[in-house]
Amino acid sequence: MSEPTIVVRDLTVRFGASVAVDKASFSVAKGESFGLVGESGSGKTTVLRVLAGLLRSWEGEAQVAGHDLRQERPRSLARIAQLVFQDPYASLHPLHTVDRVLGEVAAIHRLDNGNARIDAVLRAVGLGPEFRFRFPHQLSGGQRQRVAVARALILEPTILLLDEPTSALDVSVQAEILNLLRRLRAERGLTMLLVTHNLAVVANLCERLAVMRRGRIVETMDAARLRYAEAENAYTRQLIIASRGYDRANAAEIAFES
Amino acid sequence: MSSLLLTVEDLHVRFALPTRQVHAVRGVSFAMGREKLGIVGESGSGKSLTGRAIIGQVPRPGAVTASRLEFDGIDLQRLDKSARRKLTGRRIGMIMQDPKFSLNPVMTVGQQIAEAYRVHSQASAAEAKKRTLDMLAAVRIREPERVWGLYPHEVSGGMGQRIMIAMMLIPEPDLLIADEPTSALDVTVQTQVLAIIDDLVTQRGMGLAFISHDLNLVASFCDRVLVMYGGRIVETCRAGELDQAKHPYTRGLLAALPRIDEPPGDLPVLRRDPAWMGDP
Repeated sequence: MSEPTIVVRDLTVRFGASVAVDKASFSVAKGESFGLVGESGSGKTTVLRVLAGLLRSWEGEAQVAGHDLRQERPRSLARIAQLVFQDPYASLHPLHTVDRVLGEVAAIHRLDNGNARIDAVLRAVGLGPEFRFRFPHQLSGGQRQRVAVARALILEPTILLLDEPTSALDVSVQAEILNLLRRLRAERGLTMLLVTHNLAVVANLCERLAVMRRGRIVETMDAARLRYAEAENAYTRQLIIASRGYDRANAAEIAFES
Repeated sequence: MSSLLLTVEDLHVRFALPTRQVHAVRGVSFAMGREKLGIVGESGSGKSLTGRAIIGQVPRPGAVTASRLEFDGIDLQRLDKSARRKLTGRRIGMIMQDPKFSLNPVMTVGQQIAEAYRVHSQASAAEAKKRTLDMLAAVRIREPERVWGLYPHEVSGGMGQRIMIAMMLIPEPDLLIADEPTSALDVTVQTQVLAIIDDLVTQRGMGLAFISHDLNLVASFCDRVLVMYGGRIVETCRAGELDQAKHPYTRGLLAALPRIDEPPGDLPVLRRDPAWMGDP
């Protein structure tokens, strides 16, 4: 395995009295796709926000591509790691065209050749030039998420931080976005950190994963072991069972254990 | 059949927009009893509008027509607005997908559930409060007294959804229409919420129309499944036999689903055949 490009060691994030992330440690190798799984409130998105530089108040160690996140200014960090949000209906400005959404990023970072970059990045995410001057409401959910991915990619980051990138999408559209992410990863050698509650998505896209619960990482495992439900932690096993569909008997077990 | 709870025949929902006419639901017919009926399809398939048409909550300017729309022997189309609202409010509940948009942001959780109860019964405020707290406990909210006083923005998605369920179940409806009730939830919470609904269906003999995009879930949770595409029902089958579905759309959806027990790799993307839309 090559050297880690994301390193998180004993990361703790507090919001007032509550501890959102409690001494989380994991690392992601360059080019690897890593899943961060857990229920709402487990702290998985908070970890992502620290890595994206959106949260500045935390303890422990966090490095992205060799840069210590304590010292790095958010703007230079943006060129390294980009975040794709869960809900493309909420993450795109409703009154800005695709062109403006992408153009703004290029302008903030003083990219040369903004025009050509917008064209290229739209093509990379599978959208033709006819989409460039549309407003978000003129796009389907999948097209919007493609725009959100394009917005992240226009800065040519080496790391994509993905916050539930397909959970707001239809099954067939989810398949398209997962395939798109896989292709972009192969073409650009991207490292991906995928936050999701969907284990099947992790199994499809990631090599390794960490399971979070109540701010703690309870297990780090190879995604291959998901397939055989070979989890060591009881909570991970519950997640795997619950992911397989509804079963009244399991429901009793889960309710009992939690 | 005496056990028939809902009969829908040739249901259409049309939106006359300034520039064009959108025909969102195009001739949907089905009947259901006190069972768990899954309605699956993707966004735009008309599944949610079908649910909304039943409770008479199609957003403007949508127009609903049907040759038959009967609930427990009552012709819903014959009722005037207030009679229909009264009937559906008391006997048909609908859980919407997103609790954030369905709950009143400036009322506490407890107040709005109690209100839902008092509108349909002559209960006193104290009795309504007691019932509300019981109901919150029934949907497995740990500290009902504390949650009573919270505002919707102060609760998590999973809790918000359970609050919605509590609110819809408190008048003890005969039919519950659940529109993606668990898709905003984590899997373990989802299993718990489904178990609550499942028990209510079994114990109270409630009918459940479960609208979802999640084929695996519907296959494992429901008794029967309707698959919708382009405003029509393209396939009906027993939930347990969904994996042997015949329609290419259903098969395509099943194939596009990532699976926990399969290695990484490209997923087959659904190729839509214009013929699935049927006659205009």
